[in-house]
Amino acid sequence: MTKKQKQMLMRIIISFVMLAAIMLSEHTGVTELFPSRLLLGVICLIPYVIIGYDIVYKAFRNIKNGQIFDENFLMMIATFGAIGVGDYSEAVAVMLFYQVGELFQGYAVGKSRESISAMMDICPEYANLEEDGVLTQVDPDDVEVGSIIVIKPGERIPLDGVVVEGESMIDTAALTGESVPRRISVGDTIISGCVNGSATLKVRTTKEFDDSTVARILELVENASSKKAKVENFITRFAKRYTPIVTLAAVILAIVPPLWQMAMIGMGRMEPVAIGNLWGEWIYRACTFLVISCPCALVISVPLGFFGGIGAASKLGVLVKGSNFLEAVSKLDTIVFDKTGTLTKGEFAVSRVEPVSMDADALLEIAALGEGYSTHPIAESIRTAYGKSLDMERVANTEEISGHGIHTWIDGKEVYLGNGKLMDSLSVFYEKNTSAGTVVYAAVEGAFAGTIVISDTIKEGAKEALRDMKRIGVRKTVMLTGDRKEAAEAVATELGLDQVCYELLPADKVGKVEMMLNACGKDKTLAFVGDGINDAPVLTRADIGIAMGSMGSDAAIEAADIVLMDDDVRKIAKVVKIARKTLAIVKQNIVFALFVKVLILVLGALGIANMWAAVFADVGVAVLAILNSMRTLKMS
Amino acid sequence: MKKKFKLQDLDCANCAAKMEEAIKKLDGVNDATVSFMTQKLSIDADDARFDAIMDEVVKVCAKVEPDCKILM
Repeated sequence: MTKKQKQMLMRIIISFVMLAAIMLSEHTGVTELFPSRLLLGVICLIPYVIIGYDIVYKAFRNIKNGQIFDENFLMMIATFGAIGVGDYSEAVAVMLFYQVGELFQGYAVGKSRESISAMMDICPEYANLEEDGVLTQVDPDDVEVGSIIVIKPGERIPLDGVVVEGESMIDTAALTGESVPRRISVGDTIISGCVNGSATLKVRTTKEFDDSTVARILELVENASSKKAKVENFITRFAKRYTPIVTLAAVILAIVPPLWQMAMIGMGRMEPVAIGNLWGEWIYRACTFLVISCPCALVISVPLGFFGGIGAASKLGVLVKGSNFLEAVSKLDTIVFDKTGTLTKGEFAVSRVEPVSMDADALLEIAALGEGYSTHPIAESIRTAYGKSLDMERVANTEEISGHGIHTWIDGKEVYLGNGKLMDSLSVFYEKNTSAGTVVYAAVEGAFAGTIVISDTIKEGAKEALRDMKRIGVRKTVMLTGDRKEAAEAVATELGLDQVCYELLPADKVGKVEMMLNACGKDKTLAFVGDGINDAPVLTRADIGIAMGSMGSDAAIEAADIVLMDDDVRKIAKVVKIARKTLAIVKQNIVFALFVKVLILVLGALGIANMWAAVFADVGVAVLAILNSMRTLKMS
Repeated sequence: MKKKFKLQDLDCANCAAKMEEAIKKLDGVNDATVSFMTQKLSIDADDARFDAIMDEVVKVCAKVEPDCKILM
């Protein structure tokens, strides 16, 4: 609690004790011994001043500044009204409970603000700059590009850079949500905001602080609350009208019914009652209106809910750039993926080995030896698949036959490795392989020895990601690619995509997405997921652009609405769930707050609900709504 | 020019909304947001008159919520 809040707590305790004493004496009949009821009023004034002086002061000050309809003013009028009709202890009680609610509200908001800033606690405070062998601690802002900085074990990496000395494990959890530390060594790039693990690292910085990953992320998250969701804008508009309308209703309630009743009495249609009681009753009812007229429950709890939702997503390593995008993603209907870099790794790997008259390892060994001298990506992937060290002494007279493959001698045997054309030219009988990807045929001593298929590998978790999409009710999954038909269809079948569009130029992608946007339905949204190479325009065009954070280009992160920091497409489904839960909580709050307020307004007008109920409808509802919103912070 | 300021003692969300609206209405202010959650004011205003505009912003905010201070 802050100092201010502690002071308030003291005031609450003191006035509560006094109020309890006054109410006790009222119930035991002690106050009836007073010569006048006014004495009770004077006594009640003491706790009233203790608990409410600042409210009254603020009310007058704000009127002077031209701000009339604020809570302070309304509370002042309501309690003055109660005093005016002789309900002294009630006036104190209402003020007291209002302050209790305010205190609790401030405390709850402070708590959630703390937990959000803890989540965002990735900002490095200093950098150890090395100059001429001397280490100095400086502000990360002052480190120039190309400087050498030293990161000790346990320290936060202050700037993006390349490791020049040392080997360590770094904890990227704050940025990516990934709990397994990443091993890095000389030559690897590291990003700011991560925490260095076991060993000291020397790093040459590649970016200034303002351009570094951590600064950009903080900027994104801070700006996120300025992009408001439709629901939030609705609440703002609503709040603006709600207070004046309720206040006006209160004024009407205080004047019209008593005048009407007086007229009825005058015409002899009603039993005469004391004029003072008549007015008193209606003024009291009007005062209950005023207490309910603050829209605070909504104005605080709705943005807080969204903030918590964005916070929960960033804990997962997903940056959502605004509550409007959280709202949009909750209505996800169609999701469009770019292929390379998003669903596939964009790296080639041996996907199938089909030997004839020898085992798979032997075929791979021959191919690896044959391709031993080549630097082609295909050759590299074959060697990676073989995995063992190669004894190149066994290989002799390797020659490349351009556009066909390789001719070589291994252990004295003549070997050909290459495409179908090579096999045709050798007139070797071979089984044609029609799988997607690159096919390498092998022939040993003039006889067909088998095939090796090399294709782009599907990303870890891509299949799971698409299955989850369907499970959470995404209607359509689509893949766009510039690749050949076979390759595209192979990936689509393997992953179970609904639709695939292949052989597209970058410009075609925008057109395709536009077509799908039109087919998407009014209250539904379309998301495009890409690594950002050539697809920034599509990212912008889609309702929600989702970019890969670690592989993606800066332009893509800039253009995207949601960034997956660790490129894990599985997290999209999780974010959709978080978004839906957030929206559900926000809607619960709106419905609950409006329902209670309207109910108490009606009951208050009928004289059933007293001012206590009204205070509950105001601060009680606000506190409950805030507590409900705080649930978003705990989502995972 | 875009700039961000920290706000101290911004206690009520409704006031934040009112402040935002009042600042947006000022001459020379292109856009402004007052975030109750982050306790920050971000403002986009004309370069040439930025300081003069900020003086007005401070005045306007003092009217809406005298307890809240803009930390420059």
